[in-house]
Amino acid sequence: MDPLSEFIRGITRDNPTFGLVLGLCPTLAVTTSVENAIGMAAGTAFVLVCSNMLVSSLRKQIPSTVRLPIFIIIIATFVSIVDMIMEAYSPSMYAALGVFIPLIVVNCIIIGRAEAYANKNNVFYSMIDGFGTSTGFLLVLMLIGGIRELLGTGQIVVFGYSLINLSLSYPITTMILPAGAFVTIGALMAIVNYQKAKKLERGE
Amino acid sequence: MAEDALFSIFMDGLFINNFLLIQFLGLCSFVGVTKDVKSATGMSGAVVFVMAMASTVSYLLYTYILVPTKMEFLDLISFIVVIAALVQLVEFVVRKQIPSLYRSLGIYLPLITTNCAVLGAVLLNESSGYNFAQSVVFGTSAGLGYTIVMLMMAGIRERSTFVNIPSSIRGLPQAFFIATMLSLAFVNYFWVIPI
Repeated sequence: MDPLSEFIRGITRDNPTFGLVLGLCPTLAVTTSVENAIGMAAGTAFVLVCSNMLVSSLRKQIPSTVRLPIFIIIIATFVSIVDMIMEAYSPSMYAALGVFIPLIVVNCIIIGRAEAYANKNNVFYSMIDGFGTSTGFLLVLMLIGGIRELLGTGQIVVFGYSLINLSLSYPITTMILPAGAFVTIGALMAIVNYQKAKKLERGE
Repeated sequence: MAEDALFSIFMDGLFINNFLLIQFLGLCSFVGVTKDVKSATGMSGAVVFVMAMASTVSYLLYTYILVPTKMEFLDLISFIVVIAALVQLVEFVVRKQIPSLYRSLGIYLPLITTNCAVLGAVLLNESSGYNFAQSVVFGTSAGLGYTIVMLMMAGIRERSTFVNIPSSIRGLPQAFFIATMLSLAFVNYFWVIPI
């Protein structure tokens, strides 16, 4: 078990969206643009890394019968911190993400990693796992956000810089609507399944 | 939202801001529990009850305890504790009084605590500044809207089990494509029902 492979595992095999299928609500709701996706992933990453480290350092003290309520209280504390910091320092992002910042509390990725990994491993590896999983989450959110923003508005603008501008005369506005999120993740998931099946066929 | 009549709040929670298809709240149970109609019904019933109760209790808690003691910053932590306690309470009552329902719900009952639809309803009530009656109506109608979509989805998925499609689309991708169609239909409520 070396740190690098633990980090990579969070992006590929245990990818939160395509591997574990956890935390779908924020994945679909905030990916109307790349900028929102980055903000959401940053908030989730802070909570995930901090809660993984705290849970892992307390794992010998927490009695296993009441571990879930304790995890939820730990996570809720860090989410309150993120909530206040974002409201104070980046109010426009806070307004765009809305109710989904406090809802990081019930994001199943975080409690899932606390239960499945941080509760059994030491602080250093739990931190690496937190970083790996949040990087995987960030990449997926940016991919979905990028597809939806590009097709829905014809351009990708990140923090004031225009990255791609197709100047479409009729952008597919449906992609920005909720339906666009469902069709994008459905198509991506089908592609991932197809690749997995091909890998199995080759006998890997 | 205009003028906050109770009826328009009801329609808003039920269709226009439907929790599953428009707001994306509670999607884990949406793709996880809709494999057959029976478990979808049980899950929806429990969610409607917990959502209505949570809206009521957390409104009282926020207005009469947190605001007078100037501890609004504890809202998130206290709401999640309220929801967890309510789910436990529901579990006790259902297990004692209706054991058959308890058996058919199984694992879904405790999982409601981490269903973001319930916490989402409570937080939306708080951020919209609804009063007591409006909070209760919004919580109930959001739960009913959740039920409608869960039942539609479960019915469609149950009947499409034997459809001949490529194996990589079977399962979750298929569920998402069905959700796309349902969501396109629900987006039209923006224009059909003016509030």
